[in-house]
Amino acid sequence: MTGFADFIGGFGDIMTVKVTTTVNGKPVSGDVEPNTLLVEFVRENLGLTGTHVGCDTSQCGACTVHFDGKPVKSCTILAVQAEGHQVVTIEGIGQPGNLHPMQAAFQENHGLQCGFCTPGMIMAGIGIVERNKGTNLSEETIRAELEGNICRCTGYHNIVKSIAAAARGN
Amino acid sequence: MRKFGIGQPVRRVEDVRFITGAGAYTDDLNLPGQAYGYLLRSPWAHAAIRSIDVSAARAADGVLGIWTGADLAAAGVGDLPCAISGVLRNRDGSVLEVAGRAVLARDRAMHVGDGLAFIVAETLAKAKAAAELIVVDAEELPAAANLADAVHGEAPRLRESAPGNICFDWEGGDAAAVDGAFGQAAHVTSIDLLHNRLAPSPIEPRAALGHVDDGRHVLRTSTQGANLFQRVIAPVLGIDQEALRIITADVGGSFGMKEFIYPEHILVLFAAEKLGRPVKWSGDRSESFMSDLHGRDVISHAEIAFDADGRATSLRVHNRANMGAYVSLFGPGIQTLGGARLTGGLYAIPAINVRVTGYYSNSVPVDAYRGAGRPEAAYVIERLMNKAARELGLAPDEIRRRNFIRPSQLPYRHPLGFVFDSGAFEANMDEAMRLADWAGFPARRDGARARGRLRGIGMSCYIESSVGFGYEAAEIRFPEDGTIEIVAGTMSAGQGHETVWAQIVTEQLGVPFEAIRLVQGDTDRVKTGGGTAGSRSTYMVAGAFRLSADQVIDKGKAFVAMLLGEPPESIEFSDGMFRSAGSNRSMSIMETAAAARRDGEGLDSGATFNHDISTFPNGCHVCEVEIDPDTGKVEVVRYLVVDDFGRIVNPMVVDGQVHGGIVQGLGQALMEHSLHDPETGQLVTGSFMDYALPRADDLCAIESSYNEVPCTTSPYGVKGCGEAGTTGACPAIMNAVLDALAERGVTELDMPATPLRVWQALRGAR
Ligand code: FES
Ligand code: FES
Repeated sequence: MTGFADFIGGFGDIMTVKVTTTVNGKPVSGDVEPNTLLVEFVRENLGLTGTHVGCDTSQCGACTVHFDGKPVKSCTILAVQAEGHQVVTIEGIGQPGNLHPMQAAFQENHGLQCGFCTPGMIMAGIGIVERNKGTNLSEETIRAELEGNICRCTGYHNIVKSIAAAARGN
Repeated sequence: MRKFGIGQPVRRVEDVRFITGAGAYTDDLNLPGQAYGYLLRSPWAHAAIRSIDVSAARAADGVLGIWTGADLAAAGVGDLPCAISGVLRNRDGSVLEVAGRAVLARDRAMHVGDGLAFIVAETLAKAKAAAELIVVDAEELPAAANLADAVHGEAPRLRESAPGNICFDWEGGDAAAVDGAFGQAAHVTSIDLLHNRLAPSPIEPRAALGHVDDGRHVLRTSTQGANLFQRVIAPVLGIDQEALRIITADVGGSFGMKEFIYPEHILVLFAAEKLGRPVKWSGDRSESFMSDLHGRDVISHAEIAFDADGRATSLRVHNRANMGAYVSLFGPGIQTLGGARLTGGLYAIPAINVRVTGYYSNSVPVDAYRGAGRPEAAYVIERLMNKAARELGLAPDEIRRRNFIRPSQLPYRHPLGFVFDSGAFEANMDEAMRLADWAGFPARRDGARARGRLRGIGMSCYIESSVGFGYEAAEIRFPEDGTIEIVAGTMSAGQGHETVWAQIVTEQLGVPFEAIRLVQGDTDRVKTGGGTAGSRSTYMVAGAFRLSADQVIDKGKAFVAMLLGEPPESIEFSDGMFRSAGSNRSMSIMETAAAARRDGEGLDSGATFNHDISTFPNGCHVCEVEIDPDTGKVEVVRYLVVDDFGRIVNPMVVDGQVHGGIVQGLGQALMEHSLHDPETGQLVTGSFMDYALPRADDLCAIESSYNEVPCTTSPYGVKGCGEAGTTGACPAIMNAVLDALAERGVTELDMPATPLRVWQALRGAR
């Protein structure tokens, strides 16, 4: 039976394409259906489950990764768009014992509770600090620039504090 | 004071895995050979189902199995129960008896999102594609999806057994005494309020992974306590409890909603058994909005009577509460047994009568959401107090001062039949007003006026109740690897139990904090447990650990005495050391545990703490807002709170609970509202694009401080803190909004105070 499903490429095994990209500094490749989202590729093909999915309308930011050094919501781009680009996920920025300063700031300032939004918050936070380098990063700026990331647990207070602390280098 | 003991802002041990992406949430887990489930949901708010034809879908590529409600019934799968059925007594003396909720709808779909068929396939895409091929022959019926649509006389009747869509009609307190007092009143203030319906929306959507291992069903899913799931699910599947293992790894927020058993939990287990393969179901956010249990959704009518001195003599409240399409596990208990007793807040009102009528509607069932009835109670009394103050020409603090339960009245026997043990209600308000520079507010209002903005200040003096009930279980074990394994029946969904429970045990036994490992969320390793709910976990678990620790110490003393050849009475224990008073010899608890283990019995101990006394967190919130009269947008410009949580175990973690709770309250007050179309019953707020969750730029920093008045009834004097922020926030914010709008003649406003509603109120009042 041929139906709509076959044409949009999601349901048959026929249409898959190969993606070759760099994730956390390592070359990776995989066969994916053309409509596979980057977040699905990262989570399912690569098993990097630190990047989370919290919505289906690109609102929550739990899926934020770095794409050529800039934070993007990995649910808003297709895996095939990562071809030839550099993707960095939460697993790629630091490890226990060798944390990225933003990760350390979140722990020190209790910037997380359930931890589900946290990888996205950390990746977004790094972007905020980068974009505002050389300025005196204000609380208002942090709050405004966090607009694309939702946290239901912390009330943002300590997330803002964590990012401010990381920006100050402590 | 110990570095890692009670009272210290210890950094959280669980954070390392969360900040490095190593958390293990349910959707992160996969099993070899797993198949994928998808739930076909009702697109109708109310429909009679004539037939469901799955033949084409069953033949589709990759489909492994499809089940409908009829199939489940034929296979003997039971319904999801309501624990309040048979417990709650109606005003007329009858006892509430309600049917459970079918796992899949059988002959009627009762809300948008109600499950019609469960499809399992090799991939999720194939399961979804097959769902498109299912033909449901249904007749759409008139629907009443919003509470307001279900309560009026013309509303369609949703259940034969429920005239007027009334599920229950409960009453507490002394109606005759209240009537008498109203007859004598010098002044009566009344108010009608909406407690807007909320989608709890933890950022981790629900997911479930079921398989059958060695003849036992195993479910991996988010819970607030795995043992409750085991107790509820086993009978639904018709299996023994021992034949069911529940495993909860990391939970991405819950706020009550993941405490409960959902159809998908049953379905993945049922399908896994039928197919002999693991079955995984992961809901997306759209499904969350139409299938996660919702919160609040109550309409209140309240009246308060005062004597000539502005002292409240009695209070009468009638709450109409939406139960949704089916009664959930605790649904009818939330506004009655849970929330109603806080009616009247922390004021000495001699006579109180509260009635709660529960209604069915064509919407997702409503159950416990952070606060679970106590925020509703606080909102009613704190809005009433402000309204009465305006009518009586008293300042908001003055009317409260005249009515507070005084320290000399504590412990206070409440007219609804329980005891407030401790608190310093007026002192909390004074401190909050001082910190807020309440006296300086008029100047700030003038400043705002000069900028064309309306500024308001509001307070709420809240009391809530950490729900003491039943028991909690704990164990302390000393395995060979030199760690200390602590086992608890509670479950963390972000509250930091791995850290806070370890602080408690460090305090009790002087064991090294770094060596403690918490075991939670696995029914094979946690023998029994009540679970996390109602802000009870800290003191319930502290009680269970204390009993366990006492046993460890007794066993240790006996063992050390035996080693030294001395009588057990001569051995003392403190700071992690067993010391012989006579010989001056000593042995650390870790050495003792290792030696005792080698010798046989070891020091491992466990205990159950039974405790049915609630504690009463309380405090005062102060909020300042500015409103742009042209747009109606409310900006929270200052927020501070003075809380009495009794003794605090980890102030850093408690601050976090306060911030998060307040912002959930702010969401309810200003933004969130789950709505259905009144004509079609369709869900209007089905995504984060239509349902507004607070974001970082929707609020300012929160200033929190504490007035620790130890609880006199709980272990360590702990009162609990998980829901207090949510309880106090709505009235403080709304009182501030109404204060700002008062000069424009606005006296009534319901939540959420969105720009549109505020703008309309300003226009309407002109
Ligand atoms: S999952 Fe990408 S924004 Fe929510
Ligand atoms: S920490 Fe739970 S959603 Fe942010």
